[in-house]
Amino acid sequence: MHNPQLNKHGELQHLLTIDGLPRDVITAILDTAAPFTEVAEREVKKLPLLRGKSIFNLFFENSTRTRTTFEIAAKRLSADVVNLNVSTSSTAKGESLLDTVDNLCAMQADMFVVRHAASGAPFLIAQHLLATGRDHIHVVNAGDGRHAHPTQGLLDMYTIRHYKRDFTNLTVAIVGDVLHSRVARSQISALTTLGVPEVRVIGPKTLLPTEVERMGVRVFHDIREGLKGVDVVMMLRLQNERMNGALLPTPQEYYKVWGLTAEKLALAKPDAIVMHPGPMNRGVEIDSSVADGAQAVILPQVTFGIAVRMAVMSMLAGQQGSNK
Amino acid sequence: MQKLDAEALFQTLVEQMRPHVTPDTALVGIHTGGVWLAERLHPALGLKQPPGSIDVSFYRDDFGSKGLHPQPKRTDIPFDVEGAHVIIVDDVLYTGRTTRAAINELFDFGRPARVDLAVLVDRGGRELPIAARYCALTLPQPLPASQNLQLETDAAGALTLRLIDA
Repeated sequence: MHNPQLNKHGELQHLLTIDGLPRDVITAILDTAAPFTEVAEREVKKLPLLRGKSIFNLFFENSTRTRTTFEIAAKRLSADVVNLNVSTSSTAKGESLLDTVDNLCAMQADMFVVRHAASGAPFLIAQHLLATGRDHIHVVNAGDGRHAHPTQGLLDMYTIRHYKRDFTNLTVAIVGDVLHSRVARSQISALTTLGVPEVRVIGPKTLLPTEVERMGVRVFHDIREGLKGVDVVMMLRLQNERMNGALLPTPQEYYKVWGLTAEKLALAKPDAIVMHPGPMNRGVEIDSSVADGAQAVILPQVTFGIAVRMAVMSMLAGQQGSNK
Repeated sequence: MQKLDAEALFQTLVEQMRPHVTPDTALVGIHTGGVWLAERLHPALGLKQPPGSIDVSFYRDDFGSKGLHPQPKRTDIPFDVEGAHVIIVDDVLYTGRTTRAAINELFDFGRPARVDLAVLVDRGGRELPIAARYCALTLPQPLPASQNLQLETDAAGALTLRLIDA
């Protein structure tokens, strides 16, 4: 099947989802990100790679961390970054998504970084660009609905590789609200593609998608059982804003059963790392003593996220010559 | 073209550089050949500063047409560039574009007092106003663009130069 993310040379044209991305492409992104981590230590924290390129951050849904790290990544690559505050934009006046895109293309956009509450919105934009002969413009999915958040998945892989070196002997647990989480979907795709032999999904039945086993994971409804002997604990945020109906009793009750405390973490391997994509609900899915503890790598995840986004944007922008 | 003896050229380069360096002179090798050379030059010249290395992938001027070089290496400058005497080391000097990129990158780490260039071979074909202060061999005839001169090293660090048809 044709993968809309890759051009005819098998190079990355857009980054829309990790699902279906070949292992060597994922590895190439992680390898490319490594030298970018060092830029932050220079006197001039800037590389000239994307000089003269215009990158539009199109955020139809709130985000602080993701938008800021995309912005700083683009700026460290010397690109011009325009942040569209959608609540004050034409969309609020009724302009359609593709009309917004067409207008930005008329302003010579080179790349769109898109976050949207609707799953598939970045795909729609990529297809529209292809159909209108503007496939030199690149699209990066910064989170769409419940579907995917590929750069988060990639920065998580970078973080795991940084601390654990090798994927092929790891047991990784993803804990919490998988049902509403685009992050979890991207993580599961990336972990299985990179050859992690055991990916566990831990959560209450009401917060796990039906037939989640078909994604190649082991399901646990008991957090103590699920955390036994794992190398990596990936916590998910409890997504209150996406919940309709009574999936949960109360946050306090959730914390009691599913919250990651030092006592539960002790069941994992002694050198296990704890990750969280943020923003954290302290005292709901994670206890402060764990979030601030020695095993947490939550802030390094943010730092690595900049390098990974620099890698993605420079790889995309660098494919221009080969399609012309 | 005559057979090139890389080890003999290396000795020539050391003799050329020796009168002009102090223990505080810093070397920066350009990946990959220049890094091997810098590692050999460092003890031969008795320098104190650990040698640095530069991968110019992020500073190349052909990014727009060729894209990002796969598997870029890490740039590592282990000394303070501000006020330093730096010698950029490369195996072969050709168009000068790599040297230009390396100078640009170096300046993002600080303002050096002086920057020189040392190469094993100048193969001709310059496209920029760049010259090496230290150069063991300048080819009498520029090498045709269809050929590549490449430095290689074995496990013991011994250097050889190989001519490859590109």
